[in-house]
Amino acid sequence: MAPEQIRLVILDILARIAPDEDLSELDDSVPFREQMELDSMDFLDIVMELRKLYRVQIPEEDYGELGTMDSTVTYLTPLLKDAESTV
Amino acid sequence: MSYDSIIIGAGLSGLAAGIRLAYFGKSVCILEKHTTIGGLNSFYRLRGRNHDVGLHAITNYSPPGGKRGPLNKILRQLRFQWEDFDLSPQCGSSVVFPGHTLRFNNQFDYFEAQIAEQFPQQMDGFRRLVSEIDTHNIGDLGQTWISARERMAAHISDPLLINMLLCPLMFYGSPTEHDMDFNQFVIMFRSIYQEGFARPYKGVRLILKNLVRKFKSLGGELKLRAGVKELITDGNHVSGVMLDDGQILEAKNVLSSAGSAETLQMCGTEVPHDDRFTPGEISFVETISVLDQQPKEFGHDETIVFYNDSEDFSYEQSKEPCDIRSGIICSPNNFEYEQPLEDASIRITALANPQYWMNLSEEKYIAEKKYWYEQILESSMRFIPDFRPHVIDVDTFTPRTIKKFTGHINGCVYGAPQKILDGTTPFNNLFLCGTDQGFLGIIGSMLSGISIANLHLLNPK
Repeated sequence: MAPEQIRLVILDILARIAPDEDLSELDDSVPFREQMELDSMDFLDIVMELRKLYRVQIPEEDYGELGTMDSTVTYLTPLLKDAESTV
Repeated sequence: MSYDSIIIGAGLSGLAAGIRLAYFGKSVCILEKHTTIGGLNSFYRLRGRNHDVGLHAITNYSPPGGKRGPLNKILRQLRFQWEDFDLSPQCGSSVVFPGHTLRFNNQFDYFEAQIAEQFPQQMDGFRRLVSEIDTHNIGDLGQTWISARERMAAHISDPLLINMLLCPLMFYGSPTEHDMDFNQFVIMFRSIYQEGFARPYKGVRLILKNLVRKFKSLGGELKLRAGVKELITDGNHVSGVMLDDGQILEAKNVLSSAGSAETLQMCGTEVPHDDRFTPGEISFVETISVLDQQPKEFGHDETIVFYNDSEDFSYEQSKEPCDIRSGIICSPNNFEYEQPLEDASIRITALANPQYWMNLSEEKYIAEKKYWYEQILESSMRFIPDFRPHVIDVDTFTPRTIKKFTGHINGCVYGAPQKILDGTTPFNNLFLCGTDQGFLGIIGSMLSGISIANLHLLNPK
């Protein structure tokens, strides 16, 4: 997957976790925590959704890489380069 | 049959845990002893009318668009939208003690203003208490019992205000007499005073049915009339369950919402004694009076009234069959629905003595239910206009009813005095959720199932 596709995958996961949220205004450089009030339970869900969808394992010490959309896409690009997008 | 997880009990906590597990691809089976779902928060139909069992109101209200708090947390965790619970906020509630009435609604500053008006000298202390509540971490699973009365007394010097603040919190969630664990107090204070009450137009059945639908759509299996006779153990490991009909189901792990003592009982006699697994003793008698008109029409527009007829507040197992000195008056009609409920009713709840109700003969039981229905109503008439001429149907349930339909020892509503916050048991793959784990109320019980499923069954360390 290219970075643009990974971004769509993350948006899809966020829409599953917070279906009431308007994601069209999401700022890719601002932490999810601030924009959506995501807490540790929600971050764990992003990790678990990625594992479920793409079998990608994210070790706990890397959870900090998932702070913003930009950092998440950067972090996932090498891990998902061979994966097929499901969105 | 063999599953990843077996869940005992199809109440709110078990169903919520089941959704989490099924969503992430686990094979999971929920076993429910009763013929229907719900457990302590169930529903039934009687003489053509729908009633809820446990539900007066859903606490932890958050308006649409909210992002914080337990309600939004469980919506996200269960992948529901706000509309799925169809919550209408309360019209307003009160705590009534002799000489004082504190009103509250879902705006906390209104409640603060009530306290400022009626207890002006206590206001600074009240604010300090609130700031202690605001900074308390309810997620710390290692904390031990701290007396809520002591923490309150550190800030508030008027025992009447302490009792008035405690009254709704104890009535809606304390498994212990006279005092509460401070952590439970914080959970209840936030959920009732800072977040507030709401109700789905169709009652708790709407939420339960949505949970079951989601659970099944994710491939989860639900078996009704499937009581667990025995947990099959091998050392400190559980390999599965034997059902009442002798059928054996295997699982890698078991999550039980049956109660801590109740669950250990299923493990046989060789379980070492542990004081934490002692059943609670607080239960209630609840009267439901169906009326021929909406409560507003005879001048009662409050959602819930918590009353107590003296300055002292005795929250304890009743010495009499029912303790009519205090109680809760709830009208399911008095929420801000778009249209009025079809049926009108008033529910009045009072502390009860479980043993008294368990031991009666069937004939005496029916007579005593009728007698105490009348006593409870008579006592409550000091706090609500006399609606008795409007009563067209009555149902009353007791600790015996609760025991019969939920299996909880003593017909105990708020579980064991000692909560098992981390959900662990003497068995390494048997976990607890529900009232004995520690989160309370409708939203709290779902959060309990979710938290324990996440902690032990989805992301084991």
